[in-house]
Amino acid sequence: MKPEALLHPTPAGLFCPPGQFYVDPVRPVERALVTHGHSDHARSGHGHVLATRQTLDIMALRYGSDFTGAEQAAAFGEAIDVNGVAVTFHPAGHVLGSAQIALEKDGLRIVVSGDYKRGIDPTCAPFEPVACDVFITEATFGLPVFHHPDPKAETKKLLASLLQFPERTHMVGAYALGKAQRVIRLIRDCGYDRPIFIHGALQKLCDYYGAQGIDLGELRPATLEKSNPSAFHGAIVVGPPSAFQDRWARRFNEPLISFASGWMMVRQRAKQGGVELPLVISDHCDWPELLDTITEIAPSEVWVTHGREEALVRWCDMQGIAAKPLHLVGYEDEGD
Amino acid sequence: MKPFATLLDRLVLTPSRNGKLTLLADYFRDTPDPDRGYGLAALAGTLDLKGVKPALLKELALERLDPVLFQYSYDYVGDLAETIALVWDGGAKEKVAEGGQPRLGDVVARMNALGRTEVRAAVRDLLDHLDHSSRFAFLKLATGGLRIGVSARLAKQALSQMSGRDVTEIETLWHGLEPPYVSLFSWLEGKAEKPVLASPAIFHSVMLANPVEDGDLEKLDPADYAAEWKWDGIRVQMSSHGGTRKLYSRSGDDISGAFPDVIAAINFEGVVDGELLVGGTARSNSATRSFSDLQQRLNRKTVNARMLADYPAFVRAYDLLFAGGEDIRAETFLARRERLSALIDKAPHDRFDLSALVPFSDWQTLDRLRLAPPDPVVEGVMIKRKDSVYQAGRLKGPWFKWKRDPFNVDAVMMYAQRGHGKRSSYYSDFTFGVWAEGEAGDQLVPVGKAYFGFTDAELDVLDKFVRDNTTERFGPVRAVRAEPDFGFVLEVAFEGINRSTRHKSGVAMRFPRIARLRADKQPRDADRLSTLIAMMDAQPPPIEKA
Repeated sequence: MKPEALLHPTPAGLFCPPGQFYVDPVRPVERALVTHGHSDHARSGHGHVLATRQTLDIMALRYGSDFTGAEQAAAFGEAIDVNGVAVTFHPAGHVLGSAQIALEKDGLRIVVSGDYKRGIDPTCAPFEPVACDVFITEATFGLPVFHHPDPKAETKKLLASLLQFPERTHMVGAYALGKAQRVIRLIRDCGYDRPIFIHGALQKLCDYYGAQGIDLGELRPATLEKSNPSAFHGAIVVGPPSAFQDRWARRFNEPLISFASGWMMVRQRAKQGGVELPLVISDHCDWPELLDTITEIAPSEVWVTHGREEALVRWCDMQGIAAKPLHLVGYEDEGD
Repeated sequence: MKPFATLLDRLVLTPSRNGKLTLLADYFRDTPDPDRGYGLAALAGTLDLKGVKPALLKELALERLDPVLFQYSYDYVGDLAETIALVWDGGAKEKVAEGGQPRLGDVVARMNALGRTEVRAAVRDLLDHLDHSSRFAFLKLATGGLRIGVSARLAKQALSQMSGRDVTEIETLWHGLEPPYVSLFSWLEGKAEKPVLASPAIFHSVMLANPVEDGDLEKLDPADYAAEWKWDGIRVQMSSHGGTRKLYSRSGDDISGAFPDVIAAINFEGVVDGELLVGGTARSNSATRSFSDLQQRLNRKTVNARMLADYPAFVRAYDLLFAGGEDIRAETFLARRERLSALIDKAPHDRFDLSALVPFSDWQTLDRLRLAPPDPVVEGVMIKRKDSVYQAGRLKGPWFKWKRDPFNVDAVMMYAQRGHGKRSSYYSDFTFGVWAEGEAGDQLVPVGKAYFGFTDAELDVLDKFVRDNTTERFGPVRAVRAEPDFGFVLEVAFEGINRSTRHKSGVAMRFPRIARLRADKQPRDADRLSTLIAMMDAQPPPIEKA
């Protein structure tokens, strides 16, 4: 069996003809397998969704309990037969509940890694390498310029800035699912035990992380209505980056805009975004991790889904590894 | 290197002045000697570091990285120093231990001790021992120019904030000290006496004026102020002490070598602030010549006899900082001027004269005089508080400059080039032209280039026009459509215009900038070269275009 016969790109997403299912489809389909809860991978309106329990829960939180016709939870490592294709889910280390999906038929195994990272993250299960014939990887940070430093050292920059500018409200931009909770956990791990204020868009997901046993310390809503603005002097406010461009952010005292993202590696990116304190904290692989992962798994073929495909394909070529870009549409190249 | 690199990272992204001051003051307080002194020198532009060519740095990066991957990276990042800092070592995982990096002082000492053949290996080794952020700082230092929006003045202000010392006191000492400024920091921290200057013949930071803005003068009593003509030469400082005679530019560059005629004529001791001009002094009754004549004498290491005869230089004195060895900067403007007058009176008449006061009783009178000055080489008036002390820097209040309005023409965008750094993704450098008669009727001739004056929103408009209307590409430069009925008209403001043999059009503008986008105008309505030539010849030039 040729790999393309088991899985190939279509406008709706990666499709598996023998199993009659899609992986992370970008349009509503009859049967979907979903790697993780970020909205470009997990969409509502499918007939049937197979995903980890946590991903299903997150989808329900974001879209409402009727986000799919039917759902099925997959445990890590559990073999599930879908129309004769053996499917297993394995941790991807990206966000809570994130999984790689391995498909196997007639001795051919393809791993769709979804979004993944290799760095330490106490808020989700660590990435598990799975041997395979075809490894499908993202390349969000697929350029040699990207190195994600120690996330704790980055977090300490935030705490150092709080000492230097004790009057200013430190506004930390972080995507609502995964990054926000990870950053809060990092701040706690660096010894900060004062309340952290969160934007309303984060509330449900932070509560869910808490219920899943990830202690985020004392969180308070970052609302000014009833409280005194001076309550936010020297406070940490975590919210989605989009909210900081908004009038919402101007209510705080001399807000100092910070942003936790792998993109913050490039100064001009930070500058264009009006970010004063970039924190290079990413939920994706950096360049060395992408290369290390491919080397470790040693697949006979690498397919690259989204991001900076050309550089990663070039590197694979130089290593003698067959590689091609999939040119999938609908995924964010600019994920964090 | 690490503390300096961290400081740069923060400064680049901190827009507020107070934020920058806090970051700088904390750095100066927390960083040991001599590193902080070299950091200060780097920020203030006084650091002398052996330069490294960008080409060498790129070669070093390519020793370990595929050129295609390098190009992808460079295209993405846009800045060569930052690209190299990030992809160094082929993009392998960072392995530099915290605290294990060389210190800034060591890096400076090592670089400056290198022989020519040792540079390549030493730079490679340094890059290997720095993390990405320190690599960036080092590469910026080694290739020259930090461009991080911190002026020498701001750095001194931070020293003042850190120590509680007055910034003018720091300015007064500044040019007598050298990196790494150990004696300065000791004094600022109260560990030592104030450093004693070796000689008053050093450069002393000059006092600068603020432009008059709307409403500034209404609040002021004309009786408190004196006015002088603002001459279109270059501001200089003459220092003479115990046989050492120097001529400095306003930024403190020693330009004595190019002006032996002036130096030889100095017969006084002290420090004089004035305008360097070409032509004859007022009291020798000959005319002051234009800035373009002065330019013949500028930027030269030496000068020949012919030059000295054709373009004689002289100094029109504005102020006196030291009378002999005595520091009189704390005296009032009028008191200093009296002593200056006596000194100039005894100085050679053909090389020195005293800047005349412009009598006026109210601001309207002065405004009229400013707009119609008696001499074409006057570019406006200076307004100085009669009781102002001489304070280095640009303080708001004691001194104002009130310039003639700048020149203005409508020109047509002809070429655009990508900008640098923040603007690397925009076409932000524009060559513009005006109409002139050519062999085949009217054609546009380029007359200048401008890369500022517009807002970010206007840049979006300009950039989009360039992308949508490119006719040809030459590397980073694009030619754009510029036809009588289709094109982009730019209103260009500039400070002056001179004849030029280097430019095809025969004219060269000073400080051209884009004043307005004239979407309302057709290229055929733009100005003609003859208008520019008339401006050049006009005495005085037109004040405002209809």
